[in-house]
Amino acid sequence: MPSDAPRSGRYSVFAIAREALRQHSGWKRAWASPEPRGRYKVIVIGAGGHGLATAYYLGRNFGITDVAVLEKGWLGGGNTGRNTTIIRSNYLQDPSAALYEKARSLYETLSQELNYNIMFSPRGLIMLAQTEHEVRGYRRTVHANNLQGVATEWIEPARVKELVPIINLDGPRYPVLGGLYQARGGTARHDAVAWGYARACSDMGMHIIQNCEVIGIETECGQVRAVNTSKGRIGCEKLAIVVAGHSSQLAEMAGFRLPIESVALQALVSEPIKPCMDVVVMANTVHGYMSQSDKGEMVIGGGTDGFNNFTQRGSWHHVEETVRALIETFPMISRLKMLRQWGGIVDMTGDRSPILSATPVGGIFVNCGWGTGGFKAIPGSGWAMAELIAKGTPGPLAAEFGLNRFREGRFIDESVAAGVAH
Amino acid sequence: MTRTPPFRLAQGGRLIDRAFQLPFRFDGRHLRGVAGDTLASALLANGQMLMGRSFKYHRPRGPIASGAEEPNALLSLGQGGRFEPNQRATTTPLVAGMVTRSQNCWPSLDNDLMAVNDWLSPLFPAGFYYKTFIHPRPFWKHLFEPVIRRSAGLGAAPTDADPDRYEQAYAFADLVVVGGGIAGLTAARDAAASGQRVIVLEQAPHWGGRTPTDHPGGQAAIDALLADLSGRANVTLRRNTMATGLYDHGYLIAREAIADHDPNAGLPRQRLWRIRAGHVVTATGALERPLSFACNDVPGVMLASAVRDFIIDYGVAPGQSILVVTNNDDAYRTALAARAAGLDVPAIIDARPLADGALPQAARAAGIRVLTGTGIAKVKGGKHVEAAALCDQSGDGRVLETIACDVIAMSGGWSPVVHLWSHCGGKLLWDDQAAMFRPDPDRPPLGADGKGNVTVTGAANGDLACAGGLEQPEGATMPVWVMPARAPYRLRAKMWLDFQNDVKVSDVELAAREGYASVEHTKRYTTLGMATDQGKVSNINGLAILSAALDQPIPQTGTTTFRPPYTPLTLATIAAEARGEAFQPLRKTPIHGWHETHGASFEPVGQWRRPYCYPQGAEDRHAAVNREILAVRGGVGTLDASTLGKILVKGPDAGRFLDMLYTNMMSTLPVGKCRYGLMCNENGFLMDDGVVARLSEDSWLCHTTTGGAERIHGHMEDWLQCEWWDWKVYTANLTEQFAQIAVAGPKARALLERLPGTIDLAALPFMHWAEGELAGIPACIFRISFSGELSYEIAVPAGRGLELWQILHREGRDLGITAYGTEAMHVMRAEKGFIMIGDETDGTIIPQDLGLDWAISKKKPDYIGKRAQQRPHMTDANRWKLVGIESLSNKVIPDGAHAVAPGRNANGQRNVQGRITSSYHSPTLGKPIAMALVRHGPSRMGEVLDFPMPSGDVMQGRICDPVFYDKEGSRLNG
Repeated sequence: MPSDAPRSGRYSVFAIAREALRQHSGWKRAWASPEPRGRYKVIVIGAGGHGLATAYYLGRNFGITDVAVLEKGWLGGGNTGRNTTIIRSNYLQDPSAALYEKARSLYETLSQELNYNIMFSPRGLIMLAQTEHEVRGYRRTVHANNLQGVATEWIEPARVKELVPIINLDGPRYPVLGGLYQARGGTARHDAVAWGYARACSDMGMHIIQNCEVIGIETECGQVRAVNTSKGRIGCEKLAIVVAGHSSQLAEMAGFRLPIESVALQALVSEPIKPCMDVVVMANTVHGYMSQSDKGEMVIGGGTDGFNNFTQRGSWHHVEETVRALIETFPMISRLKMLRQWGGIVDMTGDRSPILSATPVGGIFVNCGWGTGGFKAIPGSGWAMAELIAKGTPGPLAAEFGLNRFREGRFIDESVAAGVAH
Repeated sequence: MTRTPPFRLAQGGRLIDRAFQLPFRFDGRHLRGVAGDTLASALLANGQMLMGRSFKYHRPRGPIASGAEEPNALLSLGQGGRFEPNQRATTTPLVAGMVTRSQNCWPSLDNDLMAVNDWLSPLFPAGFYYKTFIHPRPFWKHLFEPVIRRSAGLGAAPTDADPDRYEQAYAFADLVVVGGGIAGLTAARDAAASGQRVIVLEQAPHWGGRTPTDHPGGQAAIDALLADLSGRANVTLRRNTMATGLYDHGYLIAREAIADHDPNAGLPRQRLWRIRAGHVVTATGALERPLSFACNDVPGVMLASAVRDFIIDYGVAPGQSILVVTNNDDAYRTALAARAAGLDVPAIIDARPLADGALPQAARAAGIRVLTGTGIAKVKGGKHVEAAALCDQSGDGRVLETIACDVIAMSGGWSPVVHLWSHCGGKLLWDDQAAMFRPDPDRPPLGADGKGNVTVTGAANGDLACAGGLEQPEGATMPVWVMPARAPYRLRAKMWLDFQNDVKVSDVELAAREGYASVEHTKRYTTLGMATDQGKVSNINGLAILSAALDQPIPQTGTTTFRPPYTPLTLATIAAEARGEAFQPLRKTPIHGWHETHGASFEPVGQWRRPYCYPQGAEDRHAAVNREILAVRGGVGTLDASTLGKILVKGPDAGRFLDMLYTNMMSTLPVGKCRYGLMCNENGFLMDDGVVARLSEDSWLCHTTTGGAERIHGHMEDWLQCEWWDWKVYTANLTEQFAQIAVAGPKARALLERLPGTIDLAALPFMHWAEGELAGIPACIFRISFSGELSYEIAVPAGRGLELWQILHREGRDLGITAYGTEAMHVMRAEKGFIMIGDETDGTIIPQDLGLDWAISKKKPDYIGKRAQQRPHMTDANRWKLVGIESLSNKVIPDGAHAVAPGRNANGQRNVQGRITSSYHSPTLGKPIAMALVRHGPSRMGEVLDFPMPSGDVMQGRICDPVFYDKEGSRLNG
């Protein structure tokens, strides 16, 4: 049962001072490492941000704490720990804007709620318009956001320059014509989001079981019964599959198919330098986006491979394309150095929007298809998914994101506004 | 003890040439080095051991290494556009006139106020920032984070654009050898002898790796190998070239440093090699590990190998009194080298209980005191080493003796460099004997044939003593992860693992205790290995500590993933020549030059730049567009339509193919006729439109949008190659083979009839085409119209496009001929109610939404998208459909404005019922016009909609027919 004092201890500056006096010997585990029980009411497969948030809101909003979160590797080790940490909700279509804005607004207070500093930093986010077509698209988005309760505005080039002094507005090929600005968009510390949720889940008595790979899903009369794992069979009443990158493989174990393709998406960081850019800048025409982390690294998002694969690396030429675009946009980064590049596997749906849905198997729910932009959605995704699992039917946030939309042609396509980058 | 000159030894220094003095500056001081120095060796030769401050605690730091693994000695180089932060002093060749500065300190390197963090370090353990700065909420954005950001970072941000040039080059080889030490050169020689094309890459400016430094006769052995290799035509030797990453299918990326020594020589500064290798041999050697004893980060504590590199290679004495501390035999070489250079070696501290191999014996024979079973309890000194307190290695740090010294040369054993092996999935195994991870030969990275495409040789393969036959027998290394073994917290909290990021033994232990037990969790929680050296010296020590804390064997802990690049790679080198105008290929129509000389205001459209309009004199763009429209409507105008896609589809099955591709029936189109066609994707959404002309019995010419040309050609090929591979069709993208000029306006025919030609325009009805000659130029004339006026699109060979354009403008001068741009085209098509792909469509629109049902054949059994369009949501009567909107004010309702319906939806959003897709001031009609998609709009003619603006105002518009101009189409007929 949840109690006032979390099992992991309460974090504060006073706790740090206290521990400093006793050689930091009193810190407790942030999350427990239990052996699985034989059965849980709900099993969530995947201890990434979305899976942990799903579990967290099952407990917080519905009082369901008989939950296990199973993780093949280490928690937060998939795309939660590999993305460029951008948070925004300036989406065009109503269902997307509702979901991402819910997530963004939950991020605003998540550090306080979790008593774990996830470093949500509403530093502002600009999507640059570099063609007349983009100008029209972003102006349309501002109109839509205005009616969706998402605070965005169109800004002229002079304002872009004011917010991003290092930008070059007058590149010879794609001059900056303005931008879509979301002042309360920004970044958060990605690992901390996973760790904060994990700690909160563990404090509620949920089991987070790492190094526990699901190798089979047991169903009976169209109803889920159990999962078979590297740590044995575990029974469950309900099962949530929240495993970006490998969703289609898990679905196959349960006997259904998902309209998902998996591709590698890359990112890279520069060496750390002193602060030079406070806002997040996305440039979709030239395919690049960049922010500066609190550590000082320029965090750069790259492209997706043009072919399906499961290698968490990606092709070199995408790095070249991304870096070119950014040097063109920010000439001063030219002599900075790439410190590290990496890749993650993202789920892509036909309309590039996520799936939060019941499935053909009773008791099994899926949360997948976040494509290149899942991190920003984590709290909202968990919130909506928990409601779906608890009630068995989607609430308004998840209603439009069901699997049946593909059959009905009810796509939620953001391509007009989102360009390459989410 | 105090450090005293001279710091440059009287003799020695195999890499330097004392005859050439090189002046340089460091923090404003004028110093001198010699040719062959690195920045680090030159600074040491000037007695400058303090070279930086650590990231978190701002502790004073000197270099600990002599190569690419150096975590501390990072300096800012250069000025203006050539300013470069975080440059590693140990791998930066000294250049005359170099201007260098220390970083991450204020007001100076010697007196850094931020060093207060060091005093507060008990409050700043690993991950402390996750546990605080939480309340009050606004403080994170407005106080805590800005302060953290300012104190983080290393060097300053550059401000100017980089004036230097960078280039890329391709190379191909049967074998690429990475590493020009004795193992790599030997492997290269063996492969070259068998006739393979071999490329050898060496990161340093000199060949040989450690062998010439460490082994008598080493230089001669290297020279012999080089003589052999340089005489072979099938061998390419490349120094100063760092293999940064290995990618799938043997794609090796390497960076060659070329012109830093002389930036004004006109050479590219760096070159990026993109090498396709049949096979890769990594001979990348090994890196020495530090030992974890208290205050092992005080300037003057260095890796044993680095100390002897500075002595032997650069003739530099890092100190006068060098204490050696080790767990292996190799470090004894440092003691012997120091002694040979005339430096004092007060003792060798060996953690092993026994040391009686050849090297220890030699040290003893040289009169050096050797203490076994001993460790260092603590280093004394602040900004430089003053002494070491010794203790029993197996104990808890009780001090036995204190030895004065100014340098401590430490060696915790060696770790093979396995980065390239690991980049593409090569696995490692833990060698308990040698206490290291080395490549597992049974699990190599795989090539396209499923076989290993990388092999490893020499020290990189764990053969640490490898020296091409010159090796001496060495005693076993004893793993020592903490010194002394039972050190209490007080000492562990001062043992640095990651020097740059200030991660200590106690931090890793804290992470383990708090459950951040995966090696990746530990890394991320403590930032171990995330500094600019990427953990080259810290990772193995860190995961050994973690394993011990978790009480599990090291292989169970495993390593973090090795990610490219091996060392940081300059971004400009990655981008190379693709900058500025050459950032992306610039596509120009044959008429582009004319547009430029006639004042065109361009807009980028894909990789083209199309004239948006042609402002004359003091005209702004809006006025220019209005003038161009009126000129076309009242006389004649020309549009450069060359960018529109032109795809030839030919073959016995071409008609059948096009019937599937378009919603319309194209197979029945008579030769000589044109038809406006719509193309949908599998989901039924409209993806492109354009006029299709039937050229002959088996060939059609498909016009696409400008942005669609390549995409649609790819789409066609996708279906032909993947689905209908047995259909006899071929396609060719002719977009750039022809210039195309739209001649539009009531006087269009009059103008064209002035030109001599073989095509009878009077006999060319609307939606027909003809081939012949016009003004002596072979031409196809398509009588089609996107402006609503009488219009001819004339395609001529690209090489003659400009000529025709100029003839038209010469002959049409008295008719008021006017060049018009894309915006006039947009407005005119909107006046006519013609849709524009990308405006009225956005990937969610089906032709039926746009009132284009007439263009959907009812006779065909199928076309791409047909079934999708039968899905429930697609046939929903409430779909948003195309209408016109008349603004009730005289103002243009902005593009993208949404019409609201009463109430809010379940998510609290305003209910919407439509949006403006195109909106312009029509100069023809003298009023605003707009097209919109509105919920079952065509059944709501005359209804007034509210469009709320972000400003809070509400604009109103009445639903009307989307065709505002010439509804009867009489003007098409001239």
